[in-house]
Formats: sequence, structure tokens, C-alpha cells
Amino acid sequence: MANGTARILVVDDDPYILMSLEFLMKKSGFDVLVARNGTEALQLINEHRPDVVLLDIMMPDVDGYEICTYIRQQAALAATKVVFLSAKSGDADIRKGLELGASLYITKPFSTRKLVSQIKELVDAA
Amino acid sequence: MSGWIIILVCVLYLLLLFFIATWAEQRKKAGKSLINNGWAYALSMAVYCTAWTFYGSVGRAASGGIAFLTVYIGPTIMAALFWPVLRKMLRISSTMRLTSLADFISTRYGKNFSVAVIVSLFAVAGLIPYIGLQLKSIINSFEILAGNAAQHNSSFIAIGVTLILTVFTILYGARSVDTAEKHEGLISVIAFESIVKLLAFLLIGVFTTFFLFDGFADVFRRMAAQAQSERLFTISGTHGMYEWVSLTILSGLALLLLPRQFQVSVVENIHENHIRKASWLFPAYLIAINLFVLPIAFGGHLLFGGQALVNADNYVLAIPLQQGKPLLATFTWLGGFAAATGMIVVETIALSIMISNNLVMPLLVKKVQSERQADPSFQPRILLIRRIVIGVVLLIALLYSKTAGQRLSLVSIGFISFCAVAQFAPAVLGGMFWKEGNKKGAIAGMIAGFLIWGYTLVLPGIMPDAVFVQQGPWGLHWLRPYTLFGLDGFDPIAHAFTWSMLVNVLLYIGVSIHTKAGAQEQYQAELFVDVFKHGRNQQGVQPWQGQSSVAELQQLLGTFIGTDRSTNLLQGYAQRQGIAVHPQQPADGRLVAFTERILGGIIGTASARILIGSSTKEEEINLEEVLNILRENQQTIETNKELRKRSAELSKATRQLEAANAQLQALDQLKDEFLYTVTHELRTPLTSVRALSEILHDNPDLDEAQRQHYLAAITKETERLSHLITQVLTLEKFESGRYRPHLSATNLAQLLTEAVEALRPLAAEKQLSIHLRMADTQVLVQADRDLLLQVLYNLLGNAIKFAHQHIEVQLVAGVSEWQVWVKDDGRGVPADEQAFIFDKFFQARHQTLKKPEGSGLGLAICKKIIELHGGDIIVESQEGHGAAFVFSIPAS
Repeated sequence: MANGTARILVVDDDPYILMSLEFLMKKSGFDVLVARNGTEALQLINEHRPDVVLLDIMMPDVDGYEICTYIRQQAALAATKVVFLSAKSGDADIRKGLELGASLYITKPFSTRKLVSQIKELVDAA
Repeated sequence: MSGWIIILVCVLYLLLLFFIATWAEQRKKAGKSLINNGWAYALSMAVYCTAWTFYGSVGRAASGGIAFLTVYIGPTIMAALFWPVLRKMLRISSTMRLTSLADFISTRYGKNFSVAVIVSLFAVAGLIPYIGLQLKSIINSFEILAGNAAQHNSSFIAIGVTLILTVFTILYGARSVDTAEKHEGLISVIAFESIVKLLAFLLIGVFTTFFLFDGFADVFRRMAAQAQSERLFTISGTHGMYEWVSLTILSGLALLLLPRQFQVSVVENIHENHIRKASWLFPAYLIAINLFVLPIAFGGHLLFGGQALVNADNYVLAIPLQQGKPLLATFTWLGGFAAATGMIVVETIALSIMISNNLVMPLLVKKVQSERQADPSFQPRILLIRRIVIGVVLLIALLYSKTAGQRLSLVSIGFISFCAVAQFAPAVLGGMFWKEGNKKGAIAGMIAGFLIWGYTLVLPGIMPDAVFVQQGPWGLHWLRPYTLFGLDGFDPIAHAFTWSMLVNVLLYIGVSIHTKAGAQEQYQAELFVDVFKHGRNQQGVQPWQGQSSVAELQQLLGTFIGTDRSTNLLQGYAQRQGIAVHPQQPADGRLVAFTERILGGIIGTASARILIGSSTKEEEINLEEVLNILRENQQTIETNKELRKRSAELSKATRQLEAANAQLQALDQLKDEFLYTVTHELRTPLTSVRALSEILHDNPDLDEAQRQHYLAAITKETERLSHLITQVLTLEKFESGRYRPHLSATNLAQLLTEAVEALRPLAAEKQLSIHLRMADTQVLVQADRDLLLQVLYNLLGNAIKFAHQHIEVQLVAGVSEWQVWVKDDGRGVPADEQAFIFDKFFQARHQTLKKPEGSGLGLAICKKIIELHGGDIIVESQEGHGAAFVFSIPAS
């Protein structure tokens, strides 16, 4: 898949983090969608079938774990990759995220450069 | 009614008793004892209720009204004392294998032979007339039932019944030489007879009360209508009251000290715990059997009126006969028969054990000493002696009933016997609870008591017309038996009881204090009084050394219980105690003591003591040594106690340590959680700061507007970070307990106004209105101004965050405090969250939803501050209808 056509959904309820991620992904040449909460995220996932979802866990309506579980249950979304981006940094949290079928679990705060290269790798591998 | 039918019924009933006894013993062999329970134990105690109860209570009630109750109130009170008194008696007797009251008393006073003889003689003198009276009651009741035509049969009945009872008593009461063995069949029969007599009495009671009359009220009303009936319902004057009290005490003592009661409640007891049930069941039995006494007595009086021909003692039989109910009369008669036979059998056994062990056995023991080698077994001889004694006791009782007994009524003979056994009370009770009580005191008290008993009760009873009774011996008026020393106006029983008991107790105490007890006595006193302190094993340690070999002990015991059993018993005991046994070496002291206890169960402790003492060539031992051994024993016990206490303390400390550890772990976990939450809370703003900084760094070509936007965001998130850190530190400060607020007189109203005014612009921005309502404008409280302002800003800030339109702030006067209300009309706090909303990081903890709005520490800090002021903070809310935060500050 060419970089230019990969579609990425960024989900986070913190406006500044969302703003940073949107900027970073756009600059990396992805087709970027943003969602400020879980409900918006689910809607966009169903409408646009993104290739990668950057997913926060703690959100006021539907949490990231539930969204990930939903994605893994849909046959149509089998190709969609999930990357958790969370302040929850406990071993148990990370294990849970990966068990739910996420490709990566990145803890906040993160290095922007490393994040961008990891996402690029993930997209290229597909 | 034909005498022969009654005789047939009587024989059938006796056969039934034999059947029950045999059956019970078979059940026992099969391991299914009938009497190993509190019910049978309490029922066997009811042997207390004799023919006296069955016939005499009604007679007494007819003449004395409610006064008959004393005989049952005393035992009821005593039953309440069963646990402290009877249980101790039981424990002493079972550890020392004591099998009679004579054994009990003589063992306490140094296993003294004279004491045993005195007690036995007095018991026999006091009780054989009582047994005789029971026989007499059988004969009399038979005559009434059969009518005068059967007069010639009554002697036949008396002799026949005595004979059968002799056989029964021998068969089931004297089968084994070991009197410490339980008589399973016998006790089953006694329990059964207690049921029979109760049922019979209840039946005639119900018949009289409900069939002849219209219930209790009817009988009493009609009786009350009779002339001079008032005294029947009351206790009259101080004399009357004194008689009540003394007869109650007398009866209570009798329940403990009558040989038959000692037999059933101590010797035959299977388990100490049965006492618990008996202590309510036995009084219940007494109540049941007395329920109808007054109705029958009054009913009889009303039915037979002036007919002096019908003795009130016989109402229970006369009523059904007069009403033409021969079947009911026969069953009632059977109840009386059961009451009499039960008493006769048990009392005879108890007396026969005393007589054979204390009066006859000493002669035999002397013989054993001289010809032990020659005669290998005394077993059959002991049994024969006991059986002959049983026969003789019953024969004397029978003779008494036909001759001397004619003069005295059932009740007075009963009381005379009670008064005789009451003379044992100071020696027995004193011996159990008072270590200083000694042999000389006991003997002096008992002898004096018995002499007074004989002089004031028995003699004048036998020859009421003698000159000394009327005028006093040698014309000395103050020595007249019924009014000794001028004590006038009491009935003879209360009078005799008072004098005999007074002198008995005074002599027992006085002589005991002024004389010295021997070593053996002191040792026994210790064992008796402190029986619960000394373990059962301590009983085996004896303070003297014998020089008997084990073989000699075996042989000695063998002459009484057979060589095989003797060898088995001794070796079994040695094994349990870990004593080495070499036949030709001197036996261990414990083994000697054990042999003595076994022998005591067979021939009485006093005889056993003599036998062991002489055959083991025991050395005289001095007082010092005895006390040393006792002290050592007690020290061991004390040490054990101390050890137990220590280990209890240790395990308590361990438990406390475990609890503290668990608490620490919980605290540790809380700390971890807090740290986790704090770092987590820090991560979110840090993420933005770092990401935005890196973007600014990596993208120098960003346009100016975007740069400004990102920089502003970084500043805001940095502020958020520092605010969070400040709050964590503040909370830490408050929670550490070291922080003292700077309290000073502060006007709460002014503070409130200040806070509201400061935040009004922020509210206006969101189109919210704030209403401030205060009860007063001068509200002085002791407060830390800055801290309280912090609370107000926090609560108002939250309200502004959540309110839709209105915020209301109120200052209200409470009982002893001021209340501040901050109300909003927002979404409210769900009921299940209200309890936790003041917990730190409540919003963030254990959940992935609802990212905290604010630091998550604000309310926790508010709560701490309010608590530092001695106040309280709560939230009241209904979801969807706004929330009200209320805090209180004590009024100054």
C-alpha cells in the first residue's frame, strides 16, 4: 500500500493531543480522520474503513478497548490495524490492549519521531 | 374392688419393671444406653417425689393450704445451684470413686473411719423409718382401694411387695462388687416410675378439676366460700414466714443430702453436662406434679366435707372411688405405688452400700489382713454381705411400718428424715468450700445436731405423753423438747431444724477454727475444695510412700475383684501413666493410690484406706512433706497455666501482627494506586507538551498563527501540570496529619461574599446567575481564611462547570454549627457515586470512561480542609436534578 493512500483515524478526547496527532499524521502524508470521542470514532470507522486507528483508551462515552473489540469482530475490518495510545502504562493495561488484537501499544507521553516511524512501518508491512 | 385384681395388677406392674430393667441393661451392652441423657437424669432425680408427694401433699394442703409448697420450693432453689454445688460434688466423687454420702464425708475428713461410721449410723436411723412409711403407704392405699373386706390381704401384700422389691434391688442394685459401676437397669426403672407417678397424678388432677368441677377457678371460688378457708391461701405472721423459710431451706438441703438423691444424682450420673438439663427439667417436673395438689385437696374437702372418716391423705383414691371410677382409682394407686417403690429401691441401695462398706466391711477387712494368703477371693462374700444388708434393711422397714410407724403421718416422718440428713450439711458443704473445716469440727457438729434432732423431734414424737415432754426433764421448763430454751410457737419441725442446725454449724465452725487438722485431712481438704484446679490426674499423687511390691498390690486387689481383672486394671493404668512395672519391686505411689481408689469403690474409702495403709507398710509422713508435695503439684499446675497463658498471648500477638501487616499491605496498595493515578494524571498534559514542542522544533517553517496556537497550548498544559503537582502536595500535607491550620476569628459571611464576587464574572461568561442568601452578615467562626476560601472557590468552580442556569449559595444556622450550601442545577451526582466523590482521583480510579474534569483532587482537598476545621462535608443530589454540596463549620 502506498503511503499516500493509507487512511488513518485518530481518536482522542484531549484536544491538544488530537491536534498534535492530526498535524503529525497529515505531515507524514496520510489521509487523516479525527474523532473526539468513541461514538464519533465508531461512526467514522464504519463509514471510512480506515487502515490504521490511533486509539486513546479513556474517553467519556465508549472506551478504546470496546472500540478495538468492535473492530476485531467485524470481518470487513480485518485489515484495519489498531494502535493504542494511552496514558495507562501498567503492564496489565498493555497486555490487555495487545490481547484485544492491537498491533501496537504506545504509552503517553511519546516521541513524535518514533511514533511516526512506527506507524509508517506498520503501514508498509501491510 | 376385689383385692385379687389389684394384686394381679401389682404383680404385672412389677414384672414390667423387671422387663424394663433387663431391656435397659441389654441396650447398654449394645451401646445404646437409655439413660445417657439429661432427660433420664432429671427423671431419676424425681425419685425425690415419694408417696409423701403423692398422697401427703394433698393431705398437707387440705390442712395447711399453700404451705405444702415449701417441700418443692427448696429443691427448685437448689436446682438453680446445681451447677456450682452439685457439679462440684459430682467432680469430687467421680475423681475419687466415692459411692456414698458416708464415703464423701469421711474422705473429706482424712478418710476417717469414725466419720464414716457416724454418718452411716445416722443415715440409717434417719431413713429406715422413711422407707417403712413408704411400705405403709402401699398397704394403706391397697386397703382403701380394695375396701375393708380385703384387710386380711394387706399383710400378704406388704410381705409380698417387700420380697419382690428385695429381689429386684439385689438383682439390679447389687450385682457387681464395684459400687462405682452404674446401675443402668435400676435407673431406667426409676426414670420410668417417675413418668408413671406424674401421669397418674396429672390424670386424677385433671379428672377432679375439670370433670368434677369447672376448672381451677371454680374449685378455688367454692373453697373460698367455705368458712375459715382464708388461712389456706396465705402465709400468716412472722412465725408463718419463718416456718416457710426454714422448711424451704430444709427441703433444699434434703435434695442434696438424702442418700437416694446422692445415689441418683452423683453416683449414677453418667455425664456432668446432664446437670444442665436437670437444673430446669427437674424443677419443671416438681411444678407439674404439684399443679393439681390444691384443686384435689379443695375438691376432696368440698366432696367429703365434714366426713372425718376420709383422711385428706387419701383424697386421690377416695375421689375416683366415690365417683365410681375404679379403673381411674387403680391407675392412681399404681402412681402412688410407683412413687413408693422407686424411693424404697434407691434408698435401700444407698443405705446398704453405706452399711456394708462402713459398718460390716471393716470386720471383713481385718480378716483379709490376717488371712490374705489363705483366701484368694472375697468377691462372693462382699456381694453376699451387701445382699443380706439389703434384705435386712427392707425387713426392718417392714417391721417398722407394721408397728412404730402407725403413730406418725407420712409428712412428719418425711420431715423428720429431712431434718436428720440436713445434719450432714455443714460437714458436706463446708467441706466442699472451706479448707479450714476439719474432722473434729465435723464430728462435733454432726453428733450435737443429731442429739438435738433426736431430743426435739424423735423422742417427743414416739412418746408424746411422757412427763419430760410436757414438763421438761427434772421439771426444767426451758428444756421441754418442743419449746427448747423458750422458743415457742413454731411447729416442731422448724423448731428442731433451727436448734439442731444452729448448734451444728456453730460447733463445726468453732471447733474447726480452734483445732488443727492432720496432714491427711489437709491434703483431702485441698483436693476437695480445689477439685477444679487439680487435674484428674493429680488425684493419683499421694503424699506417702509405701513399700508394697506390685505383685502384692495385684494380689490384694485380686481378692476383691478377681486376679485377672486386677492384673489387667493395674497394668492398664501403669501403661497409661507411663509407670514401669516390675512385680517384685516396690510399687509406684500412683499405682498404690489407684489401687486404693478401686478398692474404695468396692468397700468404701475408709475401709480401703485401712487396708492399703496396713498392707503397704506405709510410713508415717509429716505435715511439712505433705504440704511440700501439694505445693509442688500446684506449682506444676500454675506453671502449666502460665505456659498456656503465654502461648495464648503469643498467638494473640501473632494475630495482631497479621492484622497490622494486612493493614500495611492495604495502605501500601493505596499508596501504589495513588502513585499510579498521579503519574497517569501527569502523563496527559505532558504528552501534549512534548508532542507540541517536538512539532515546533521539527517544523521551523510553521506559519506564525499556528506557532502561537501551539505555544499557547503548551503554556496551558504546563499550568495544568503545575496545578496538579501543587494539589498533590497540598493533599499530602493535609493527610500527613502534621499540618495545623492557622485558625483565627473569621467572618464566614464576608468570606462567602468575597468568593462569590470573585467568581461572578466567570459565571456571567457562561450566562449563569449566582444567588447568595445569608441568615446573618456577622457570622464569626474559627477558621483558616485562605484554606476556607480555597474550598469555596473549588465548590463554586465545580458549580459553574456543571450548572445549566442557576447557582445558589446559602449560609444557614445549624444547631451548633454554620452550614454553607452550594447548589447547582446541573446533571447531579449519581447515588452510587455520592459516597466516593470525596475520594482522591475518584473520577479516574478503576475506570476507562469519564476522563477526569479537573485534577481529581479538588473535592478530596475540600474534605480534608473542612475536617481540619472540625466540620463535615456531604453532597445531596438526585441525578438530573442538580447537586448540593453542604459543609459545616462549628459555631464559635
